[in-house]
Amino acid sequence: MNGTTEPLLALQGLALAYGGIQAVKGIDLTVGAGELVCLIGANGAGKTTTLKGICGLLPARSGKVRYAGDDITGRRPFELVRRGLVMVPEGRGVFGGLTIEENLAMGAYIRDDRAAIGQDIERVFTLFPRLKERRRQTAGTLSGGEQQMLAIGRALMSRPRLLLLDEPSMGLAPLMVQKVFETIIAVSREGVTMLLIEQNARLALEVSDRAYVLESGEITLEGEAAKLLHDPKVRAAYLGETA
Amino acid sequence: MDTFIQQLVNGITLGSVYAIVALGYTMVYGIIQLINFAHGDVVMIGAMVAYSVIAVLAGSGMALPPLAILAIATLCAVPVCMAVGYTLERVAYRPLRNAPRLAPLITAIGLSIILQNVALIIWSRNPLAYPQIVETVTYRLTPNPDGATITNVQVGIVGLSILMMAGLLLLVYRTKLGIAMRAVAQNPQVAGLMGIDINRVISMTFMIGAALASVAGVMDGSYYGIAHYQMGFLLGLKAFSAAVLGGIGNLGGAMLGGLLMGIIEALGAGYVGELTNLCHLSGWSDALAQRCANDPHLAVFGSNYQDVFAFVVLILVLVFRPSGLLGERVSDRA
Repeated sequence: MNGTTEPLLALQGLALAYGGIQAVKGIDLTVGAGELVCLIGANGAGKTTTLKGICGLLPARSGKVRYAGDDITGRRPFELVRRGLVMVPEGRGVFGGLTIEENLAMGAYIRDDRAAIGQDIERVFTLFPRLKERRRQTAGTLSGGEQQMLAIGRALMSRPRLLLLDEPSMGLAPLMVQKVFETIIAVSREGVTMLLIEQNARLALEVSDRAYVLESGEITLEGEAAKLLHDPKVRAAYLGETA
Repeated sequence: MDTFIQQLVNGITLGSVYAIVALGYTMVYGIIQLINFAHGDVVMIGAMVAYSVIAVLAGSGMALPPLAILAIATLCAVPVCMAVGYTLERVAYRPLRNAPRLAPLITAIGLSIILQNVALIIWSRNPLAYPQIVETVTYRLTPNPDGATITNVQVGIVGLSILMMAGLLLLVYRTKLGIAMRAVAQNPQVAGLMGIDINRVISMTFMIGAALASVAGVMDGSYYGIAHYQMGFLLGLKAFSAAVLGGIGNLGGAMLGGLLMGIIEALGAGYVGELTNLCHLSGWSDALAQRCANDPHLAVFGSNYQDVFAFVVLILVLVFRPSGLLGERVSDRA
């Protein structure tokens, strides 16, 4: 390599398409170890598609995904989880028919250390006491915010190195959004690297270290989140302010 | 009353076998929404393999106790059927996982024909008399000397079925693999994001279903004393009907549906002759009265119509309760 330490995640000219429709047109993006990076953009800009391309749900049309020093382009999702790359999908995707404990157990599917798994479940319960009260209920009975907490808690159960969060605030009441973002900050402080995708640009920029702006499948702006927060173009386009 | 108890005993025996086979249909449906129409033929393969092993062991002159022979035969049939189940999924269904739903369905019917023809080549087209190595012991259930009875074979079938169902429930609700199976059934994409190898879980599901099917095959062969390369067809259709009756995709539903299906069939077979006996109408017609004076049995439908009941039940369920007795979320699936 070039002497400097390689970032944990690096997209190099990654292009993704659905059939003939180019959704992501060759983007470069990096996430360094320990960083909290967000990718913001309007509906349909290609944010979720980008995440799908990273975690192997969608094959790359061209370009590369490098993770922890290896080319992981084309790897299947379950293999990447074993290497610590975990995604919390959009719409939460909890298993509604499984109990909360079973959902968390599935998060730890790749692990065999039963005692430590038990400790981690307790840790998630400390983070989200609501889940502890309902540990034996099926996840389908939880509210949207509780399901989002379960989805994040479940992802933590695999002890990820890199967490991909897809629209964690979507469909949540403002109070819940606040709570979810507090959790994101707490998890980030524990040393988990995160790539966060959000439509709520203000919140995302406030908690992140760096940010990328995606427009029609191309990255149009990037930089420190605090700077983008005050960038007139960003303010006009994503923070609802007139320039 | 004796007829009723006798048919109930027969029905519960038959229903246990249906339930075990229905579980295979319902598990596969639950996880990939496929009706594996070749499942009945996996049952047949199990019966055939066990037949051959029993024939060899019984003819070898080794003085093995009958139950040991039966156990060895079953233990040989199980891995063979598991291999067949694995192969069906790996070779035929997996490449069609994202194809339109009609394609795997037609493939399943094709696989059923292939399995039957393979069996035809190996075991001939003749019905094979299952060696009656376990001596049948009959127990009277009522004081009446001609009354209802139960045999040791029936007790064995029901007992073994209950054990297997309990084992399956433990597996599905208490083990990591079982939870993973349910997770894949609910949302395969998210299950993949948990690090679950979906293909492996689906393979395991087919293999567990096939293992149950093989034991069902041995039970069916020992009960009726006969095995035939086409025996899986009707048995499979009835077990499928049982799974639909209980609510396809639902384990408890398959067990309940299988049991009910067996009981309905047995009671139907036991009473249809009596219920459709035209001699009940003797008072209406002198000609009929004369005819019935000599022979009071003039049934329109005899017990040879027993196979009809399963399908009458299937039609009624599809018309009045398409999601089955215990099914919930089937309306968006067909």
